[in-house]
Amino acid sequence: MSMKRRDFLKITSYGIAGTFLSLTGGVIVGRGSELLKKMDTSSSEKVKWAMVINTRAFQTEEDFNSVILACHRAHNVPDIPDKIREVKWIWKDTFVRGFPTAETKYIGDEIKKRPFLLLCNHCDNPPCVRVCPVKATFKRKDGIVMQDMHRCIGCKFCMAACPYGARNYNFYPPREYLRSVNPEFPTRSLGVVEKCIFCYHRLDEGLVPYCVEASKGKIFFGNLLDENSEVRKVIAENIILVRKPELGTNPKVFYII
Amino acid sequence: MVEKALRGGVWYWLWLLLLVSFIGLAFYFWLQEHHHGAGMLTGLHRDLTWGFHIGQLAFFVGVAASAVMIVLPYYFHNYKEFGKITVLAEFLAVGAVIIAMLSVFVVMGQPTRVLYVILNPTPNSLIFWDLTVLSTYLFLNLLCGWMVLHSEYKGTKYPSWLKPFIYWAILWGPSIHIVTAFLLQGLPGRHYWLTAIMAPRFLASAFSAGPALLIVIALLLKKIANFNVGDKAIQTISKIVIYAFIINLLFLFFEVFTAFYSGIHSHMAPFLYLFFGYEGHREWVPVMWASMILGIVGLVLLLIPSLRRSETTLTLGAISIFLSVWIEKGVALMVGGFTPNVFETVTPYKPTIPEIMIATGVWSLGLLIITVLYKITLSVYESKNLAVKTRG
Repeated sequence: MSMKRRDFLKITSYGIAGTFLSLTGGVIVGRGSELLKKMDTSSSEKVKWAMVINTRAFQTEEDFNSVILACHRAHNVPDIPDKIREVKWIWKDTFVRGFPTAETKYIGDEIKKRPFLLLCNHCDNPPCVRVCPVKATFKRKDGIVMQDMHRCIGCKFCMAACPYGARNYNFYPPREYLRSVNPEFPTRSLGVVEKCIFCYHRLDEGLVPYCVEASKGKIFFGNLLDENSEVRKVIAENIILVRKPELGTNPKVFYII
Repeated sequence: MVEKALRGGVWYWLWLLLLVSFIGLAFYFWLQEHHHGAGMLTGLHRDLTWGFHIGQLAFFVGVAASAVMIVLPYYFHNYKEFGKITVLAEFLAVGAVIIAMLSVFVVMGQPTRVLYVILNPTPNSLIFWDLTVLSTYLFLNLLCGWMVLHSEYKGTKYPSWLKPFIYWAILWGPSIHIVTAFLLQGLPGRHYWLTAIMAPRFLASAFSAGPALLIVIALLLKKIANFNVGDKAIQTISKIVIYAFIINLLFLFFEVFTAFYSGIHSHMAPFLYLFFGYEGHREWVPVMWASMILGIVGLVLLLIPSLRRSETTLTLGAISIFLSVWIEKGVALMVGGFTPNVFETVTPYKPTIPEIMIATGVWSLGLLIITVLYKITLSVYESKNLAVKTRG
C-alpha cells in the first residue's frame, strides 16, 4: 500500500504537533508538582527529634548499664536469657557490628573495640512503617517512629524490613521475665513487636528521654530543625556517623566518633 | 455434585483420616506455640523472623500461579488437549492458595487480630495487597473450576458469563506471584532479596515447579484412579516445565554474575553462606547443593526427548525439579535473605520439629481440599464415561 505525499505530510505534521503537545504536558506536570509543593503548608513541621551519642564519653561498664537500665526498667522491658531472642530497646554492641559497611580492617584497635549504644534510629524514611499492614508502627509529625503494641498482629514484617535490628518480637511471655513492674507503662503480651519510642510520653511532658537523662550529658537530644539547638551544634562541631546511610533511611540517631 | 465427595472406598477415607490427623497434630503444636511462645517451639530468632512458613508462602503462591500455564493455552488458545487437566490445575491452585495464606496465618503472633489487616487497610504494605490478590485468586479458581466441571456434569458448555472471570484469573495468576515477590524485593538491607529479578525468577521457578507437581499428580491419578488426562497433555506440560526451569537457572546465573562480578561484598555474602559457608558456618551448604544436584538431574531427565517420553523417567525428573525448587525457594530463600543478618554476622537457623509439624498440617489441609475437589472431578468424568458406555 503506497501513501500519497499529501497523506504523508498530514501524518508527519500530526506527529510533530503531538510531540509538542506532549512536551507542553510534561512541562505542566513537572512545574505543577513543584507549585503544589510550594502551596502545601502542612509540611512546615517545626520539630524533628534527634539524638547524638558521644561515644568517646562512654568509658566504663557503668556508663552503659545505667543508661540501658534506666530505659528498660521504666518501659518494663523483659530480661530474657536467650540471647538470640532477647528484647532490648537500647543496647551495647561493637563498632564492627553496628557499622558493618564502614572500613574496619585497618582502623585502630581502640575504635574497633569501642562499644556503641544501638537503638531504633527513628528513620525519617522508615522501612518498617512502609511495610506494616495494620499501621501498628507509624511516624509522628515530630519524626518519632511509634509502635502500638496493642494493634500489632505479630507478622514480623517490620523486623524483616528494619536494616538495624532495632525491633524485638516477644518470643517468650514477657511478663514472666520482669523483675519489677513500672505501673506507669504498659507491659506487653506474647507475640507482639516492640522497640524504642524515643520516650514520646516524656517529650510530651517537656522532659528528655530516660536514656538521655541517665547518661548525664553523654547523650544529646533536641530538635534537628532548630538551627540553634544543642544537637545541631554538636553535629556541626564533631565528626559524626549514622548507621548505613547508603540505604536512604535517614537515621536520626547520630554518633560522635 | 458435592455428594460425590461423600462416596469413596476405604483408601479414600483412610487418606482423609491421615490428613485430618496431621491437621490435628499441627493445631496442637500451634496452640502450644501461642501458649509458651515461638521462642520455645520454633527456630526463629531476632535475626531471622521469617522462616520455614513464609518460605511455604513463597513456594505455594508459585504453585497456585502456575495454573495459568495450563489455563491460558486451554481457554485463550483453545488448546483442546488440556481439557481434562485444566480443572485439575484450577483445583490444585485452590489448595495451593489455601496453603499459602495459612502459612502466613500460622506465623502471626496475634492470630486473633488477623482482621485488623482488613479493618485497617494499609495500601503501602504489600501484605495488604498479597491478602487481596490471593483471596481474589482463590475465589476465581474455585468459581471457574467448579462452573466448568458443573457444565461437564450436565453435559453442556460452561456459561458465557464465566469468560470474563476466566480471563481475569489468567491475568491474576502472574499478579499474585509478582506481589509475593514484592514482599521481599523491596526491603532495604536484605541483599539477597533486593534484586529486580526476584519477581521474574519467582515466575520462572513457579512455572517449572507447579506444572511439575501437576505431572506427578496426573500420572498418579492414572495409576491409582484410572483417570487419564491424555499423554499429549502431559508431554506438552513437561516441555513447559523444562523451558521454565532453564529460564529459572539462567536467572540464578544472572544473580550470581551480578553479585560476584561487581564484587560488592554484601551481595556476595548470602550466596557464599548458602553454597560454601560463611565465617565458619556451613549449615545450609549440603541442602543447597542437594537442590542443585536435583535440579541438574531434573534438567537431564526432562531435556532429553526419549527420557521425557518414558513415564518413569518423566516422573523422576518432575519430582527432582519440584524438590529442587522447593528447597531453594521454600526453605533457602528465607535463610539467604536473613543470613548474614543486618550486623553482617551469622545467626544460624534450623526449622524445628514443631515448625515442620505445623507446616505439615497446613499442607494437609490444602491436600484435603484438593483431594475432595479431585474426588468430585473424577466421579463426574467416571459417570460420564459410564453413561457413554451404557448408551453405546
